[in-house]
Amino acid sequence: MSVSADTITAAPSSRWSLSRLAHDHNFLGLLFLLPAAVFLLVFLTYPLGLGVWLGFTDTRIGRAGVFVGLENYELLWEDQIFWLSVFNTILYTTVASVLKFALGLWLALILNERLPFKAFFRAIVLLPWVVPTVLSAIAFWWIYDAQFSIISWALQRMGLIDAPINFLGDATNARASVIAANVWRGIPFVAISLLAGLQTIPPSLHEAATLDGATSWQRFRYITLPMLTPIIAVVMTFSVLFTFTDFQLIYVLTRGGPLNATHLMATLSFQRAIPGGQLGEGAAIAVAMIPFLLAAILFSYFGLQRRRWQQGGAD
Amino acid sequence: MASVEIRDVRKAFGATQVIHGVSIDIADGEFVILVGPSGCGKSTLLRMVAGLENVTGGEIRIGDRVVNDVPPKERDIAMVFQNYALYPHMTVADNMAFSLKLRNAPKSEIEQRVKKAADILGLGHLLDRYPRQLSGGQRQRVAMGRAIVRDPQVFLFDEPLSNLDAKLRVQMRTEIKELHQRLRTTTVYVTHDQIEAMTMADKIVVMHDGIVEQMGAPLELYDRPANMFVAGFIGSPAMNFIKGSIKVNGKAVFKAEGGLELPLATAPAGADGRPAVYGIRPEHFVIDAQNGIPAEVVVVEPTGSETQVFAKLGGQDIVGVFRERVTVGPGDTIPLAPNPELVHLFDAQTGKRL
Repeated sequence: MSVSADTITAAPSSRWSLSRLAHDHNFLGLLFLLPAAVFLLVFLTYPLGLGVWLGFTDTRIGRAGVFVGLENYELLWEDQIFWLSVFNTILYTTVASVLKFALGLWLALILNERLPFKAFFRAIVLLPWVVPTVLSAIAFWWIYDAQFSIISWALQRMGLIDAPINFLGDATNARASVIAANVWRGIPFVAISLLAGLQTIPPSLHEAATLDGATSWQRFRYITLPMLTPIIAVVMTFSVLFTFTDFQLIYVLTRGGPLNATHLMATLSFQRAIPGGQLGEGAAIAVAMIPFLLAAILFSYFGLQRRRWQQGGAD
Repeated sequence: MASVEIRDVRKAFGATQVIHGVSIDIADGEFVILVGPSGCGKSTLLRMVAGLENVTGGEIRIGDRVVNDVPPKERDIAMVFQNYALYPHMTVADNMAFSLKLRNAPKSEIEQRVKKAADILGLGHLLDRYPRQLSGGQRQRVAMGRAIVRDPQVFLFDEPLSNLDAKLRVQMRTEIKELHQRLRTTTVYVTHDQIEAMTMADKIVVMHDGIVEQMGAPLELYDRPANMFVAGFIGSPAMNFIKGSIKVNGKAVFKAEGGLELPLATAPAGADGRPAVYGIRPEHFVIDAQNGIPAEVVVVEPTGSETQVFAKLGGQDIVGVFRERVTVGPGDTIPLAPNPELVHLFDAQTGKRL
């Protein structure tokens, strides 16, 4: 850095020329950064900025709005449905993430063992993640159908229930159903990422622990888990972010119903903004998600930070 | 402390057999080194003693107990791994205390044992550090400390010094030997470095392709190698081998393939005309202007304490090592005389000692 800084300060006194610039690290750095920066500005910063701005206006579809300050947020503060969607989102994220973590870790541990056809099973595990969300949501739509559900049919055949289960028509059932679908979709990401993490743990550590007298549970508790924590932090941050902002699954399965019981902030934002036409209000709901997302990121950031000095890496 | 008995042990991975019936007796308190080139099965054998690999056939006893089916943690052994296998998320003290904590040992006992081991190894000031904050030699010591605190029946070392630089390796060699003299714990040590084996062992087991080629005290192996493999493996630089046949014509001599005649002190009975291999260690040549055979010098490598001379002796490539300063250069002729008392003869077919 100091070298290139010198070049900059020396530049005005000497003659400015293209060949000089071509050897200037700072200039070249900026030049090479430019395409990526433009891309980020156009496709990330602008929409985000526009969203935040819309949240402070009363824009509707087809009518440019005016700045209304915090009015949208004041309205939301009083809005029962908005608070219900906040509750739903937190419930959905928490339950789904915990389940995805537990099941994903379990699956990763199984796949990390010596199994026949290991590569085949690993490929199978990835399937739910590879299938487009909308497709799998439609499949779940059938699985949860009020009359033709395969689950109801199977349970009825087994004589466990008398009438089909009303999966998506009852508030509690609907919440459980969409969470189950989300968990099914999210497990592969968690499992495969954690599996990658598990494979970075040298087998000799497990052998050393075995010789030290650790049972398999103790090996998991004292070796695997602590060494996996940094990866768990990253994986679960992403998983929480994906779940919190989930839209497709809910929109295909329930559209937020019944009685808004499965409305997440993302679906409510869309519904108010596009079908409802209240772009400003929809944007305000979307902006209201930001603090939650930041909190999730900070949580994992500090989770990682604490471990950086513990974990090896640099020699 | 305990003896270890390995009886006709075999190991197969699937259809591939890697250890073909190995038997080794290790006395209580003995320091035994398994040495051999990579892939000879020495590490696998050690891991079978540790219980990290199943035994395909045969029997392993620690003390008077057959341990074939005893899980590793009940074998009362401690192992030092090549990559140390220190737990990176635990401090030095926690690393050493881990096994004791798992055993639910009282806190005071753990502290006292860790302190004692740390004192033995000079780790006292490093107890709060994490493995990544330590140098290679310190990590190696922590790995040994972890073994010592357990006060096991047997120490197992799996190439513990191969990740260290040359200077540190020599230093740690002495430290491990000293430690063994102090603790007198039965030790099985695996290495591919014959110098490590020679300097540290009470008994060396030379392995090759899954069998034991020879076992015995270091100097026994050096003085009377049982076959060409052991002869070539023990000693550095390696022994010179010259093909030819034995001639007994009043006085025994060795006729090399190029027509060169080399001196022999004695020849085995009835060996006249028998094809054989003449083995002479580089350090058993002397420069002798009267009886020496002229050899053409190819390369001279002075190391300070000794000089290695690579030369052509009657068309054969040989190397000689001399304690005295040798002032010859490439292309010069040097009169080399093998000491006939220290010559080894091997069967040309089987490679066995004659």
